[in-house]
Amino acid sequence: MADKSEMQVKALKNGTVIDHIPSDKLFKVVSILKLDKIDSEVTIGNNLSSRLMGRKGIIKIADRYFEEDEINRIALIAPKAKINTIRDYEVVEKKVIELPEEISGLVRCVNPKCITNNEPMEPCYRVVGRSPLTLKCRYCEHTMSQEEIKLL
Amino acid sequence: MSAKSLVSISDYSKEQILRILELAAGFEACPNQRILEGKVAATLFFEPSTRTRLSFETAVNRLGGKVIGFSDAATSSSTKGETLKDTIKMVSNYADIIIMRHYLEGAARYASQVTDVPIVNAGDGANQHPSQTLLDLYSIHKTQGRLEGLNIVLVGDLKYGRTVHSLLMAMKHFPSTFYFVAPEELAMPSEYKQFCRDNGIDWHETTVFSQEIINQADIIYMTRVQKERFTDLVEYERVKNAFILRNNMLDNSRDNLRILHPLPRVNEIAQDVDDNPKAYYFQQARNGLYVRQAIISSLLDLV
Repeated sequence: MADKSEMQVKALKNGTVIDHIPSDKLFKVVSILKLDKIDSEVTIGNNLSSRLMGRKGIIKIADRYFEEDEINRIALIAPKAKINTIRDYEVVEKKVIELPEEISGLVRCVNPKCITNNEPMEPCYRVVGRSPLTLKCRYCEHTMSQEEIKLL
Repeated sequence: MSAKSLVSISDYSKEQILRILELAAGFEACPNQRILEGKVAATLFFEPSTRTRLSFETAVNRLGGKVIGFSDAATSSSTKGETLKDTIKMVSNYADIIIMRHYLEGAARYASQVTDVPIVNAGDGANQHPSQTLLDLYSIHKTQGRLEGLNIVLVGDLKYGRTVHSLLMAMKHFPSTFYFVAPEELAMPSEYKQFCRDNGIDWHETTVFSQEIINQADIIYMTRVQKERFTDLVEYERVKNAFILRNNMLDNSRDNLRILHPLPRVNEIAQDVDDNPKAYYFQQARNGLYVRQAIISSLLDLV
């Protein structure tokens, strides 16, 4: 029998399904991936029931595949999201997002006196906690909690 | 990126810390050695800090090296908008080692990534000042004969005081008991208390600088309680005199007790303490010279 979530949202011929997005982060994922600015067909489902998460969001994007660093951007706010690559109605690849040990770019350091906010350079963080997400700036050594994390 | 830089005290293992202390003892016995002959050290002080700069420059001079640099960002190209990277790249053409102080946090780490010349962090904003930590350790070891099993009392501004935070981080290698004595507003941040728990460091916390605590201390590390740190000035007025050490408070203290302070002091140690043999802060500052000689010569592989 098909997965519940698949039954809740119309099937996709070719493209990407991003599943297991926390409901309160769904529209943030849309904006990070700039899905509000693309021409292809996008189906968004939110507050769908999920055995794993209670409630979840799901996004189906037709004819669109994602690079690794794009996926990384999602990992920061939806670390449990799953990326399904669909070709001809079949899931040909399932990727579980995993936070890397180190994150380069993407996030602005919360410390205004950090060198990364004052030099033309790429910020870099060590992931020191996964749940809840905690990042430590490689430069100013400031620790940032999930709520403080602001994407560049 | 240079593998040999000193940016943060946590870059050094226990063995490396002990090695610096051992080398520093050698420099104390013989501070004038011409091992830096023909070498150039750059002191780049993007933020003025006369005391730290003089200590580093004396260290280089007493080892026979030459010093170039600036003592204020106003006289450097950064006022013309030059990036830190460009300044470091430029100076790397001239100097064998770069000693830098910067008002931005993380500046020294970044500098160490853009050059192969060893970087010594002489303070990056509120973040790190590892040579201060090493001289504190040297002073504790020298006066107590050991670094472990001591009662160390930290007094004053434990919230913003980077020296006490770095000292705690370094002391994870040398189990001792800490007493945090601070007004509520300037208490030791929870992340450092967690650090102590994670590393098996025994600690106690109080808002009262009591006679009982003083009498059982081996080291009292005083810091400045600054008015500008308080959001509530009524609170400041209430506590400003509660964290002052006076000579008569030392009457029943241990013989081996020594008073440390990173300096500059304002009024948190009364002048009458200075003549007490337990006052150690001026010698502590002098120890900075030997420790910095040790840091520089070790980074340049000269010892």
